[in-house]
Amino acid sequence: MDIPAREKLVSAVAEMIALTAIHLSDDVDAALRRAAAAETNEAARTMYGCMLEDLELADRLNRPICQDTGVLQFFVEAGTGFPYLDEIKDALTEATARATAQTPLRPNVTEPLGEHNTGNNVGFGAPYIEYELVPGSTDLRIRLYMAGGGCSLPGRSKVLMPLEGTEGIKRFVCETVVEWGVNACPPLVLGIGIGTCAVTAAQLSKKALLRPIGTHSSDPKAAALEEEMKRDLDRIGIAPLGFGGDRSVLSVNIECAGRHPATLGVGITTGCWATRRGELLIHADLSCEILSHRRLMKGGR
Amino acid sequence: MSVKKILTTPISYEQIRDLRIGDTVYLTGMLATCRDGGHGRVVRDGIFPEQFDFRDGAVFHAGPIVGKDENGRQYMVSIGPTTSRRMESVEAEFIEKTGVRLIIGKGGMMAKTAEACRKFGAIHCAFPGGCAVVAAQRVEEITGLEWPDLGMPEALWIMRVNEFGPLVVSVDTEGNNLFEQNKAVYREKMEEVLGAG
Repeated sequence: MDIPAREKLVSAVAEMIALTAIHLSDDVDAALRRAAAAETNEAARTMYGCMLEDLELADRLNRPICQDTGVLQFFVEAGTGFPYLDEIKDALTEATARATAQTPLRPNVTEPLGEHNTGNNVGFGAPYIEYELVPGSTDLRIRLYMAGGGCSLPGRSKVLMPLEGTEGIKRFVCETVVEWGVNACPPLVLGIGIGTCAVTAAQLSKKALLRPIGTHSSDPKAAALEEEMKRDLDRIGIAPLGFGGDRSVLSVNIECAGRHPATLGVGITTGCWATRRGELLIHADLSCEILSHRRLMKGGR
Repeated sequence: MSVKKILTTPISYEQIRDLRIGDTVYLTGMLATCRDGGHGRVVRDGIFPEQFDFRDGAVFHAGPIVGKDENGRQYMVSIGPTTSRRMESVEAEFIEKTGVRLIIGKGGMMAKTAEACRKFGAIHCAFPGGCAVVAAQRVEEITGLEWPDLGMPEALWIMRVNEFGPLVVSVDTEGNNLFEQNKAVYREKMEEVLGAG
């Protein structure tokens, strides 16, 4: 008997959510292990050792790496030819509640202006879903970000004067990392957005954070700035965990968009050493691939 | 090789008096989670838990994932620290009102809490952030739950722990503040880096 399309969607997404809570994505896992191996400070090496032990235990016991499994945020790229567009929102919501109970995730979602916890990570406007249409495609691509509290706290967005330029961007980012990054479980994955206003800059910074480590901005100037800022931030050396060592970040990712000549909007979104994101590709026939954790898929490792 | 320093509850002033920022310790005994919601209850509403005595005790800025085993018993799935600084506005008053000796969390606290630690004889320690399964392995048993109406993360979970750590002293009984000292160094380096541009 055919399993209804909705159930196939729900179980695929719930599986991706659990996988993302329990295992780092391939890029973050590799970047963290590189940072740990290269660290020269003795006390810092102990902290990295604790992180790697946590990853091993999470894997062995099948438990979330971090107790803060965040508020679930989905970034959906929907092919206009994907046959189940009407099902997406309900499927993501149902998968969130199911994964919360089964993984288990921590029920985080709380009423916006009060303290009532809904108990299943579903609530008013939660999970958070953003959609983008992809003309000519029949696929559905779902990116998941688990927005933890500690790593969401440093986030900010500000409109600079254009004359403040690159130096102004660097100062804003460095000051944020030094004042707030120490508490956000560094080494950080840093997303920076550059655009016209506070909102678009913030959105672009999230898009930057979602981009895999090791990829670069398609804007050559932004790509160069990514390298430069990583070098600068690492010289400050807030990682691991604010105790201090050889670096501050796992990656600096920048996304930008053509801006108004009178404004320089800068957004900052930080991810922790355990930045948890997943990526699931679902085809029109509902066959699917998890793209973010290939090393754990059949035939991997 | 130095001896593993273990604090046991109830924690006397003598146990923590000579600890200094950067020292690593472990905790054996009783521990209760308490974060934004719990601090609000105690400081703002003057409500204290019935099953846990904060005096000479230890609190953990944390909101766990709690599971149920096959016998229906609750256990810690993952329990790492949460950002301590969120509690800065009320922590000094919390220390004064409760007589708590050990506060465990993530990252540092600010001047007001450091002064309260000096004045009332308490310390703040940082557990490595994110290492939540490591921490859960050190929890022997959940012995109580208060304020479940606040939801799983914010409720007060009472547990017995064994050599819970590593805990790095971030504020000591002299009011020294590890993360604020670190931040001063980071700011200096930041000015060097930005100046060199």
